Amino acid sequence: MAKVIGTVEIEAERCKGCDLCVIACPFDVLALADKEVNDRGYHFALIKNTDACVGCAACATVCPDGCIEVYRFVEK
Amino acid sequence: MNHEDIKSQGTKVYSRPRLLDDRTMHYCPGCSHGVVHKLVCEVLDEMGLENDAIGVAPVGCAVFAYNYIDIDWIEAAHGRAPAVATAAKRLNPGCAVFTYQGDGDLAAIGTAETIHAANRGENIVIIFINNGIYGMTGGQMAPTTLEGMKTATTPYGRRADLNGYPLNITPLLAQLPGTCFVSRQSVHTAAAARKCKAAIRKAFEGSMAAKGTAVIEVVGTCSSGWKMTPAKANDWMAQHMFEAYPPGDLKDTL
Amino acid sequence: MNEEVRLMKGNEAIAHAAIRYGADGYFGYPITPQSEILETLEALMPWETTGMVVLQAESEVASINMVYGGAATGKAVMTSSSSPGVSLMQEGISYIAAAELPALIVNVMRGGPGLGTIHPSQSDYFQATKGGGHGDYHLIVLAPSTVQEMADFVALGFDLAFKYRTPAMILADGVVGQMMEKVVLPPQRQRRTPEQIAEQCPWAATGKGSRGNRNVVTSLELDSALMEKNNERFQRTYAEIERNEVRYETYYTEDADYLIVAFGSVARICLKSIEMARAEGIRIGLIRPITLWPFPYEAIAGLGAKVKGIQVVELNAGQMIEDVRLAVERDKPVRHFGRMGGIVPNPGEILEAFKRDFINK
Repeated sequence: MAKVIGTVEIEAERCKGCDLCVIACPFDVLALADKEVNDRGYHFALIKNTDACVGCAACATVCPDGCIEVYRFVEK
Repeated sequence: MNHEDIKSQGTKVYSRPRLLDDRTMHYCPGCSHGVVHKLVCEVLDEMGLENDAIGVAPVGCAVFAYNYIDIDWIEAAHGRAPAVATAAKRLNPGCAVFTYQGDGDLAAIGTAETIHAANRGENIVIIFINNGIYGMTGGQMAPTTLEGMKTATTPYGRRADLNGYPLNITPLLAQLPGTCFVSRQSVHTAAAARKCKAAIRKAFEGSMAAKGTAVIEVVGTCSSGWKMTPAKANDWMAQHMFEAYPPGDLKDTL
Repeated sequence: MNEEVRLMKGNEAIAHAAIRYGADGYFGYPITPQSEILETLEALMPWETTGMVVLQAESEVASINMVYGGAATGKAVMTSSSSPGVSLMQEGISYIAAAELPALIVNVMRGGPGLGTIHPSQSDYFQATKGGGHGDYHLIVLAPSTVQEMADFVALGFDLAFKYRTPAMILADGVVGQMMEKVVLPPQRQRRTPEQIAEQCPWAATGKGSRGNRNVVTSLELDSALMEKNNERFQRTYAEIERNEVRYETYYTEDADYLIVAFGSVARICLKSIEMARAEGIRIGLIRPITLWPFPYEAIAGLGAKVKGIQVVELNAGQMIEDVRLAVERDKPVRHFGRMGGIVPNPGEILEAFKRDFINK
């Protein structure tokens, strides 16, 4: 059976650390940076669990600032 | 496969809408405006309306929508967007003319303009962001503020006996013969945002087919005004705002 | 339609002239004494002929914002109202001025303040010429004294509004609006095509089309340095209008010992007073400002220097007199006579007041 794997590219400088992508992700892929902040002082979103992403784009869809690109690859 | 492999060998399934400007938006973290902006961009792009669209942005946080969505815009005085849009559309019937109004703009100072534009069946789309508070001026009571809700001007909570009742205006617009499609949506989850996008698309289709006024209310959050984290605001909205303003289609003649 | 000679009311002449100018839209709300403008347009149904949009709005507030919306797309749009309605429009007029949009606003003045009366007045002079709404701005203000000028100033108002990208106002009074006179209506002009609008109004929000970059029509600028620059640009425009567009007429001024300054319908009554005075050997001249803004300061200063005194006659408590005093810089006695509440003085009354101030003092 084909397996779908995905990943996201997060534009950290645009991120305002609102946490909505983290909550929207059904597979617990994302987290906010614990200590690190971007130039405007926000704890930006990052990938904490690389292998869990299926590229469903829930995170990107709810991101108010358009920071997230989503990629999907189907393994046959 | 690692991150780079998936990027290079896979397909990009979601990216920033082409019509959304590169600049960072001024909205607070987690603000619903950003999501709705993206949906409007996607719909206009997918319908091929980029070069025929005129947005009308009245006073409110989203008056600066013209800085973010790459179409022609007219900024409007507080509450007057439907009147501005009426003339823009009547004089340019081939254009996709829409207003993007907050609850104070649409349901308080602009009630007359909104109801009369909808009642004339102007072929415009009204996008109505209802977060129950005045965001731009710093969190004062809006016409849609819920009873008991604390704001800068109802510091002990809205009281019906002092401040009147929350105004549920969208069903009122649905009653008017001039409206062709009236729907209440939200964007707090991915599924809700996708439904909202479908509704916005249908609204533009209705107005471009000259079927009348299409109204999309988006029940949204204002985490700064509500003094909650964006995540908490979403939960609070689903719990309380939806009780007064339940999502769903209120009228569909299309 | 060719040029045509007709007998009609001033209000009706405005409606006919708007269609013949090739105006794109009219948005208005009924109020006495100018409702014939909207009524005439609805009866003439120009949407069937020239394609002009005519709409009865839900209020003057909506009307002026429809004008703003139409003007923002580069169209030639107008509204009309009378004093209380024009007060309601002031916010929108300020936005139109600040967004540098061309538009035509007609005020057929009635007596105020408040709901006042439906009878003629000139008591909106301050409101029209000093800004009216909030912020530093001016309207080009044209004051017709004949039905012919009611018709002619529609084209003049639109042309000036587009030339300078600023709103123009026809400041008429109930007398000129309601009286019937012979008028020569101009031949029909074609409405501008979208291509002509794109060329004339490259700033208009018409959809990006093939332009590529987006147009934003706005009066908002939160950056103070940029907002000051915007204001400086507005003021440069106003200075240019002041240099180029002052209009006035003079009568019997060559040998005048005294001068009357009056505008609109009152200037016509004053002309009769002057003829009566001259029959008695009192040599009075008349200057009638046609543009109330820009005001003919220099012309009045020049004529004022040659006379013994100046009488300003208005249908108000004394508004234009302030500009006349500014013009002569207090070198000459300037007196005011006016009636209010909708009362129009007769020639004898004006002459009596003049004599009281200057002859039998």
